[in-house]
Amino acid sequence: MDTETGLQLFPERASSVAGDVDALFYFLVAVSVFFVLLIFGLIAYFVWRYRRRSPSDAPAAIHGHLGLELLWTGVPLVLAMFIFGWGAKLYFEVFRPPKEGLDFYVVGKQWMWKVQHPTGQREINEMHVPRGIPVKVTMTSEDVIHSFFVPAFRVKRDVVPGRFVTAWFMATKVGEYHLFCSQYCGTAHSQMTGKIVVLEPADYSAWLSGRSAEPPAVAGKKLFDKLGCATCHQQDASGRGPSLLGVFGSKVQLQGGGKVVADETYLRESVLSPQAKLVAGYEGIMPTFTGQVDEEKLLDLIAYIRSLALPPAPAPRQP
Amino acid sequence: MSTHSAASYLNASHGIASWLFTRDHKRIALLYLISLSLFFALGGMFAGAIRLELLTPKGNLMSDATYNKMFTLHGVVMIFFFLIPSVPAVLGNFLVPLMIGARDLAFPKLNLLSWYLYMAGALLAVTVAVTGGVDTGWTFYTPYSSTYSNTNVMATAAGAFIAGFSSILTGLNFIVTIHKMRAPGLTWFRLPLFIWAHYATALIQVLATPVVAIALLLVMLERGFGVGIFDPKLGGDPLLFQHLFWFYSHPAVYIMILPSMGVVSEIIAAFSRKRIFGYDFVAFSSLAIALLGFLVWGHHMFVSGQSMYAGLVFSVLSFLVAVPSAVKVFNWTATLYRGSISFDAPMLYALGFIGLFTIGGLTGLFLATLGVDVHVHDTYFVVAHFHYIMVGGALFGYLGGLHYWWPKLTGRLYPHTWARLAAAIIFLGFNLTFFPQFLLGYLGMPRRYHVYPEEFQVLNVFSTAGASVLGIGYLMPLIYLLWSLRSGAKADSNPWNAKGLEWQVSSPPPVHNFDQVPTVTEEAYAYAPADKGGS
Repeated sequence: MDTETGLQLFPERASSVAGDVDALFYFLVAVSVFFVLLIFGLIAYFVWRYRRRSPSDAPAAIHGHLGLELLWTGVPLVLAMFIFGWGAKLYFEVFRPPKEGLDFYVVGKQWMWKVQHPTGQREINEMHVPRGIPVKVTMTSEDVIHSFFVPAFRVKRDVVPGRFVTAWFMATKVGEYHLFCSQYCGTAHSQMTGKIVVLEPADYSAWLSGRSAEPPAVAGKKLFDKLGCATCHQQDASGRGPSLLGVFGSKVQLQGGGKVVADETYLRESVLSPQAKLVAGYEGIMPTFTGQVDEEKLLDLIAYIRSLALPPAPAPRQP
Repeated sequence: MSTHSAASYLNASHGIASWLFTRDHKRIALLYLISLSLFFALGGMFAGAIRLELLTPKGNLMSDATYNKMFTLHGVVMIFFFLIPSVPAVLGNFLVPLMIGARDLAFPKLNLLSWYLYMAGALLAVTVAVTGGVDTGWTFYTPYSSTYSNTNVMATAAGAFIAGFSSILTGLNFIVTIHKMRAPGLTWFRLPLFIWAHYATALIQVLATPVVAIALLLVMLERGFGVGIFDPKLGGDPLLFQHLFWFYSHPAVYIMILPSMGVVSEIIAAFSRKRIFGYDFVAFSSLAIALLGFLVWGHHMFVSGQSMYAGLVFSVLSFLVAVPSAVKVFNWTATLYRGSISFDAPMLYALGFIGLFTIGGLTGLFLATLGVDVHVHDTYFVVAHFHYIMVGGALFGYLGGLHYWWPKLTGRLYPHTWARLAAAIIFLGFNLTFFPQFLLGYLGMPRRYHVYPEEFQVLNVFSTAGASVLGIGYLMPLIYLLWSLRSGAKADSNPWNAKGLEWQVSSPPPVHNFDQVPTVTEEAYAYAPADKGGS
């Protein structure tokens, strides 16, 4: 964003639909200003003109006026239907993706955005896209409802667990734009943000070719070996730590009672704060890996552990 | 007619038990007034914490977990334990029997039970607040509330559930009372518009509240017993919750605003000494709002993943519900024409209501507009919009009504200059707090954000500054109204020279309300001397 501080009044316009949304928005502003001035003006005039002059004032009754009633029922009705039609047309424009375009995949989870490019490259909380080419985003959530919101594109779509939703946009201006989660999703909701980086198509291709498209489970396996996880987490139950074979998605019995589903959130917590929820029958001897594995590596690790699960948990469709 | 005897409802009997076991609708109204004021103060403190935190983009006052609890408790307390009961439980309870010439509500014991249910629910929620809090937002969206949140969701939902029954019973009581207990001659079209508004509200309370009760119960079932209803991991559907929740919670907006509209009609008539312009249209618009209000819940779900064609239907119905609201605003404005207008505090609140409700209503059109809602949904634009309706509308109506009927409730007058000043300060503070939030929303600041990008700070500073002014404004009535109880001048039975049966009994009214059942021979608001009435 060009404005770091200071008073900003209008959002940036960086997608093909942004101008259309703004046009309708400003029309609504104009309608509102008209009615506010009308009502406020009439009230101000009446209360001044007909202010009480003597305590014994007894103004004549006015029962009503059918013509006026019809007028101020009819005009708002017609105006409302006009705005409805305009808004509906725009809604279909904003949500119906064009046939051609790039297919991106986005997974929301507490509290990050995982992005996968059509060619396999992955990013977290950043999304590089080419300018001038429609981008169709297929999204799901791994836990609660999130919402994919890019103000500069005037695009928003709730990302609902258990189903895929789609949104699309065509960026029109090179630059960096906010990506917000706009559906309250828990503790770090306000940090579930990222940026959309719009590049010229040639720069986008260059950016893609500079990134490995290694599947995350493979990267996770390498990391797993490098960190020496296998020393304790062996394939059978003989290690000092629980076996991770088939653990993903299963219900884990915890020390001190209670069960927890070994999902991404639990595995993530168990890597970062191993003492938080100990598996029954094991000592709390695992060190924390906070600071050693960043979020991206963590996802690789989880993807690897996930790949050990039987049957494999559903993952976003591969391009 | 008024007898200044010592036996008013306030001093007819003494001792705490005479209040806690009273069946007098007037005393129950005061019980509600005291408890609601406490919960309003509590909800206001949560709001203060939110605005202080948002003074800076970084989270430097409290942790994100604490912030989330603050906005959740602010919403839960203000909506379930203040706004929904506010006008009906305090002013409606006090005035419905008085306005229709009745001895009490139809079911006095049920009325007392309503207050106990309300207190049980509210105290449960307060217990939650001091024992760990809850962080789901007042909307309890699943599967966050039913599976993921580690906070005290069960007790909070149970609190709202219990308080819901209070609301249902109050509504039931009003419906029966208005149907069966009107004084001789008080036909439907002679009823004060306050009664019409409460009648429409009661219909919503009785028909819609059970649905949210069921929705909250289902959340508790899923959370407590793992019954898969909303969480896809358990085979549920998270959008089902949103449908059930908004089926109540959208009409609930009308539970909050309709009674205040009734208050405004009374005040506008009394302080311009005119009958309400287009009485029939104002009365029927309340019913139209209540009816259409049931059919618009899906406008909270335009980006949720519900079918786009469902979106179309909910959008067009939402535009329709705007029309009766517009009709009311125009009729109130027209009532001022050729009136005799005085500027006492209740009138200032009523005029403030019309202005702020107009802005709130017009910005509602933005949200009903499908293509625009996609951008502003779940941003501060929505926050600003519903505060214009709920604070600028519902709360202004409540404060206006409290100032209008205070002499009747207590038998005392408050200092008028201070009251006018407070109304002006609240109006200014309110606008300074919430207008910048429209701009923030269009810029894209999402709601429920503990930290935010720096470019949003200036507008947030304005908003927090406004909240400080608003806070001072709220404190003023608290002080001078309490002061008036002991030191205010004694009010006669009709200090505003207003029409209406409630002004024909002494201030404060006797326990039995009327010495003899009044007979009504004229329409409501027959201010004009030569007016023969008739509709």
